[in-house]
Amino acid sequence: MALLEVRNLDVTFASWGGNLVALRDVSFSLEPGERLGIVGESGAGKSVAAFAILNLISRPGYISGGEILFEGQDLTQLSPQEMRSIRGNRISMIFQDPMMTLNPVLTVGVQMTEVLHAHREISAEEARSRALQTLTRVHISSPEKRFDQYPHELSGGMRQRVVIATALLTESSLIIADEPTTALDVTIQAEIMDLLLELCELNNVGLILITHDLSVISQVSQHAIVMYAGRVVEAGPIWEIVNNAQHPYTQGLIGALPQQTTPGKRLNQIRGVMPSLSNIPEGCAFNPRCQLVMEVCRTSVPTYTNIGSTRVACHAAGSAQTGNPLSLEHNKT
Amino acid sequence: MIASAWRRFLGSYLFFSFRRDRIAILSFVVLCTFFLASFSASLLAPFDPYDPIQIDIMDSEIPPVWMEEGDQRFLLGTDAQGRDLLSTILYGSRISITIGIFAVLLQAFLGISIGLVSGYFGGRLDNFLMRLADIQLSFSTLMVAIIFLAVFQALFGTELYEKLAIVMLILVIGIAEWPHYARTVRANVLAEKKKEYVDAVRVIGLGSLRIMFKHILPNTLSPILVISTVQIANAIVSEAALSFLGLGMPVTKPSLGSLINSGFEFIFSGSWWITIIPGVVLVVLVLVMNLLGDFLRDVMNPKLYKD
Repeated sequence: MALLEVRNLDVTFASWGGNLVALRDVSFSLEPGERLGIVGESGAGKSVAAFAILNLISRPGYISGGEILFEGQDLTQLSPQEMRSIRGNRISMIFQDPMMTLNPVLTVGVQMTEVLHAHREISAEEARSRALQTLTRVHISSPEKRFDQYPHELSGGMRQRVVIATALLTESSLIIADEPTTALDVTIQAEIMDLLLELCELNNVGLILITHDLSVISQVSQHAIVMYAGRVVEAGPIWEIVNNAQHPYTQGLIGALPQQTTPGKRLNQIRGVMPSLSNIPEGCAFNPRCQLVMEVCRTSVPTYTNIGSTRVACHAAGSAQTGNPLSLEHNKT
Repeated sequence: MIASAWRRFLGSYLFFSFRRDRIAILSFVVLCTFFLASFSASLLAPFDPYDPIQIDIMDSEIPPVWMEEGDQRFLLGTDAQGRDLLSTILYGSRISITIGIFAVLLQAFLGISIGLVSGYFGGRLDNFLMRLADIQLSFSTLMVAIIFLAVFQALFGTELYEKLAIVMLILVIGIAEWPHYARTVRANVLAEKKKEYVDAVRVIGLGSLRIMFKHILPNTLSPILVISTVQIANAIVSEAALSFLGLGMPVTKPSLGSLINSGFEFIFSGSWWITIIPGVVLVVLVLVMNLLGDFLRDVMNPKLYKD
């Protein structure tokens, strides 16, 4: 049985000017211990998807369709109490900025043990020793001392380690990491990613890694989905996506990586910006920015086609025009 | 544990700026003296103003010692009933401070709970509670208190009222002023609940009450502390005003306000001290509290710089 299976998930935000659809027909699945990356620009709906899994979309947003099966149980049908016993206990989440996710006025220890007290009948002593144990597992220096310190006394990397330790405390089988390294500097980023990878492999924990950085995902995850304007535009094994991207948007993302540029040349970029939810273009949402745009792209929404082991939503997919134009260009130069 | 907390306090920015602020130190010392003196009134005061045996009507209206007709026994003179003014002031400020503190505790309890709920849940509940606060604030505290206390006296008689005076004053002042707390707390909760740490604890699976009281409330404590000092001063002034109007503490158990009131009719016959001395005490007490409140506001709000 799949650990998590999201089927045709729709999330809608009700507003005066009409309903805004933040997620449309999003599907993906995750086996136990598997690692999945979700890529996309800001506003693509990555974080909304994460919050939707935990049923924590705040008003006026709501899940307007689809199902989220976690270990066979549909999370969209659970009562608030049942959902609370899953949050933090079976599914944990790690946020982008460890400065912001730790409460500045409570000590590290208080915040860590809170998770245990919320989900288990446990004595303060036992909670403390469990927390210290987990702090050791995330390779934090002198855990005893950190336990009684306040977040502002720790460095960025240490704070993120504390957050990861908190996520591991309850032996969750799924961790959702929403841009866990974006707020850290590059050397610390690599350390934290290695740590996450190590811990997930060790404990057979599933990981959903949300990021806008394809290179991070390619290091860590086995599968990836690419999102654009609330839709999944391409999904498949990570190496397929990196080496043989089918969707022009994915190709653009890969082309925009600094590694793809020859020294002395300008970095590649995808022209234009992500459309806002209130005026998503008709047809394929990517059509105003697409280099391969055809007449049909402006009128009809592409359906999914399977190409090898990837699934892609593009009218041009599979036709002779695709391939990886950007990398081809580089091959020539 | 206590030692380390104390060391932490000594090294804190609060203590650092306190040491450099002479006005704050002076206010703090005066306030502490007031508190100590009034709460050990039964030890310090030369007489017990509540004990009729110690009061002699023949001693009435004796001026303070430094005046010609002064009496060695009565340092600050006596009032119209022959009570020693110093003792009565000590006992009176004890009553005033007690009413001030408990009324503010009640205000804080109501205001913080309502503000937290209102800010955290938002929506219709928030609208309802905040309109309630607006309505409450559109009546002045004194007006509400006067109507309420007058009706109570008329209904249940003065005798019962005199027994319950302290409780009634605490209730009336406490209930009339909760919107100040509610508004401040709500505004802070609105800012805090958008922060990621609140998302993070929701993700952990904590319940709303736990999130509100354990995670959000501690982050709103500094404005609460600041308005508390000012509110205690306000409550003491309200109590004094009510007592001055004859609706507060009875003359047999005078607070500072009723003491000022009881002396007021003698002020034109030359016995100014019965009114003026408690009046000065009241002004100083309220002033040092407000000064401390100002100091706290300056220290705890880094966005507010004063040159």
